[in-house]
Amino acid sequence: MEIPYTVTARPDTGLWNAKIGIWLFLASEVMLFGGLFSAYIFLRLDAEPGFWPHGLLNVPVGTMNTAILIASSVTVVLAWAALKMRQFNKYKIYMGITILCGVIFLVVKLAYEWPQKYEHFGAFIKTDKLEKYEKYLGNKHLLAEGLPPRVEITGHLHNPAALKDPNIKEYEIGLDQIYTDPTNKAMDRPHFLFVPPTDKVAMIEKADVERGTMFLPTHSTYFASYFTITGLHGLHVLGGVIVFTYLWLPAGSKLYRQNPEHLANRVEVAGLFWHFVDLVWIFVFPLFYLL
Amino acid sequence: MDASSSVAHDPHHHHDDAHHEHHELGFWRKYVFSTDHKVIGIQYGISGLIFLFFGFCLMMVMRWQLAFPGTRLPLVGTMLENIFGPGAVTNGVMTPEFYNSLGAMHGTIMIFLGIVPVAFAAFGNFVVPLQIGAPDMTFPKINMASYWAFFAGGLVMLTSFFVPGGAAKGGWTSYTPLADIVDKGPTYHPIFNGQTLWLIGFILLITSSLLGAVNFIATIIQLRAKGMTWMRLPFFVWSQFVTAFLLLLAFPPLESAIVMQLMDRVAGTSFFLPTGLVVNGAQVSISGGGSPLLWQHLFWFLGHPEVYVLILPGMGIVAEVIANNSRKPLWGYKSLVLAALVLGFLSFIVWAHHMWLTGMGTSVSAFFQTTTMIISIPSVIILSAFFISLWGGSIRFTVPMLFATAFLPMFGIGGLTGIPLAFNSADLYLHDTYYVIAHFHYIVAPGTIFAVFAGVYYWFPKATGRKMSDFWGKVHFWPSLICMNAIFLPMFLQGMLGMHRRWYDGGQGWSLSAEKVWGLSGFHWNTPISIAAWVMGLAQIPFIINFFWSIRHGEKVDDNPWEATTLEWTAPSPPPHGNFVVPPVAYRGPYEYSLPGRAKDYTMQTEPVQPGERATHEPTMSFGH
Repeated sequence: MEIPYTVTARPDTGLWNAKIGIWLFLASEVMLFGGLFSAYIFLRLDAEPGFWPHGLLNVPVGTMNTAILIASSVTVVLAWAALKMRQFNKYKIYMGITILCGVIFLVVKLAYEWPQKYEHFGAFIKTDKLEKYEKYLGNKHLLAEGLPPRVEITGHLHNPAALKDPNIKEYEIGLDQIYTDPTNKAMDRPHFLFVPPTDKVAMIEKADVERGTMFLPTHSTYFASYFTITGLHGLHVLGGVIVFTYLWLPAGSKLYRQNPEHLANRVEVAGLFWHFVDLVWIFVFPLFYLL
Repeated sequence: MDASSSVAHDPHHHHDDAHHEHHELGFWRKYVFSTDHKVIGIQYGISGLIFLFFGFCLMMVMRWQLAFPGTRLPLVGTMLENIFGPGAVTNGVMTPEFYNSLGAMHGTIMIFLGIVPVAFAAFGNFVVPLQIGAPDMTFPKINMASYWAFFAGGLVMLTSFFVPGGAAKGGWTSYTPLADIVDKGPTYHPIFNGQTLWLIGFILLITSSLLGAVNFIATIIQLRAKGMTWMRLPFFVWSQFVTAFLLLLAFPPLESAIVMQLMDRVAGTSFFLPTGLVVNGAQVSISGGGSPLLWQHLFWFLGHPEVYVLILPGMGIVAEVIANNSRKPLWGYKSLVLAALVLGFLSFIVWAHHMWLTGMGTSVSAFFQTTTMIISIPSVIILSAFFISLWGGSIRFTVPMLFATAFLPMFGIGGLTGIPLAFNSADLYLHDTYYVIAHFHYIVAPGTIFAVFAGVYYWFPKATGRKMSDFWGKVHFWPSLICMNAIFLPMFLQGMLGMHRRWYDGGQGWSLSAEKVWGLSGFHWNTPISIAAWVMGLAQIPFIINFFWSIRHGEKVDDNPWEATTLEWTAPSPPPHGNFVVPPVAYRGPYEYSLPGRAKDYTMQTEPVQPGERATHEPTMSFGH
């Protein structure tokens, strides 16, 4: 006996096997990312005032990546529709665009967004020294506005050796714009457009700093969740790209000649996965970039 | 024209079939990297049984330390010292670190490498496709991947015993912040240390269970034979169906937690580390801001459904064996199915009853107390239905039936003793004592493991074409039953005396030694318990010999030696690749025993309903068709 319903639907359930398989898999994926997102909520609600950073990510680039991913979700449907209409060349084009979008997304993430974070520096000031750096922090102004205090000074670290060398007593930071004019009301909310660190340099004594660190997962629970969730999401994008590439290469053409419906089914299943990956990003983007 | 003549008149077609069936696979593809659900089931079964025995061995070693703390380990002491070095066993005496490793790994191995692979993956793989009349699982390659992911996970777990510092020591629950900070430092490898390997092993095991669960659900939905409607599924299939959903949906949150703990340990994040954490008198250089409680929530979100993952397949096996051996239809099939579904659903909203001591607040506690009370209802429905099924039956006490009947009171004791733990106030006293150990072991050990034994004896003839010896089965059963109770009943007592579950010295150094029950103090009860554990170890020898001896030398039996009704007994023993000679068709419910007015006391699901016959026992339900 052969395994039935691999390509055609079982009449009473209306499904072929892989379709139910992928939906079950996606249910499990919802729980996986659900666990991570609930951790995000848990940690954010638990964070001390001022310890959940805002406005550190590059919103325009994130928006562009969002658009790219959504566009690829459209093209994968078009690729599937082309297969259903048995237009193989159109399928090749749309699938090619989908793969390209996935690759661009990953490149932007790995080669631009993540490194930009590694190169950024933040120094958490000791609670009893906050007063000393009031001219950068503007906490009196924030208190009057009813906003959470600033406990960290961020920017470009001019002397990276200070991180390791105990003989260097100060961090030399090219300040982010917000610390150059902290009482300006325009600085109360994070900027939408990315602003690079300014030329204004602040010297911060290491003795006054609780912890000075680059924007790595060790920086804060915020960056820990950011790197973990976007990393896991990136792995999913990579998985999708690999599967699409497999279906796009001669393996796809071969299957198309043997059983075009089977290839269409495979694209549909991979496409469902792709939509899910897209959907996860739709949650990631506002949670980390905007809120 | 009937089917046989049409084949005879079409030699070409016949040739094709013959060619297909005689397509021989090499040894490796047939027995090792097989995609056949039966081979995978047997692989899971044998690996799982080996892990069960291994996990039990860990406990037998620990029992010496509990009964005779600080004395030389007899028999195995020198050997363990040679293998694991003086860090584990010094001058024949086990160190506290080694004791902790054994404890953590006993729990991990028994649950995730023993019970789940045997009760769910092995029986599910072997029996479910046969019972629903399918040629195989829906995704045979994924099925194979599932087994090998499990195998790799088991290998990683075993390897962790041999890395510097030994296997994980943070308990099977790996509570943070402890689990984040143990096995770290200059003497440990950053990756190859006990706790990190535990996490990596777990990721592989979760992958395995995910692949298995998807396969099981898809198979049950898609590959039911003609006429095999939902309400004609044997209860075992239902139990596996619900179990698969639990694994599918409950494991991923733990996977997310494991990813986070791995990040904490490897990348230096602080998901589970609070601000200002002090270790060994010094503040740790971390970002802080994490929550140890978050780990507990995510862990128990798996942990509680996992309890039902352990027990539901056991209940399914017991249902089959009881129906078959009481020669009666299973009582209340519809209620059983609904109870299993409700049980599965409710098991997702009771997890925090493992966390009463964390002080979640009265409203949260009240909610979880209520749901925990409610979940006992479907469990009681299932157990009651089994008891009523026995009533008035002409019971045959075959070996599987002995184990299945023993399951009922054992599971009953385990379940009823859980009720005090469900209440916040009572649990504050009993939490983390041996009372808890006794409670859940009654469910899992003489509960699920007895059901597993019942299943092994019951389906062994289907897998091999031979029966296991009845006599040695009974020699296996009676000492096991007695020892199980001798081990776990006194633990209730120890727990109520206040003995903590993680004491390295068995409570010797504590006032537990003062109060006496039946002439023995709480600490001294350890001795009879340990003796019973070792005797139970011996009692498994007849099973092991019987199992391997019967594969080749057991009594040969026909395809349906138990005179059962479900579809797996219509296939040849052992079933060939593809399972059935002709695709089976189900005409009636799964438990048509003792239909009135028939020569035989069983009517198989494949027997068509005669004109005028009333399929008396067939359960009906509107959504079933």
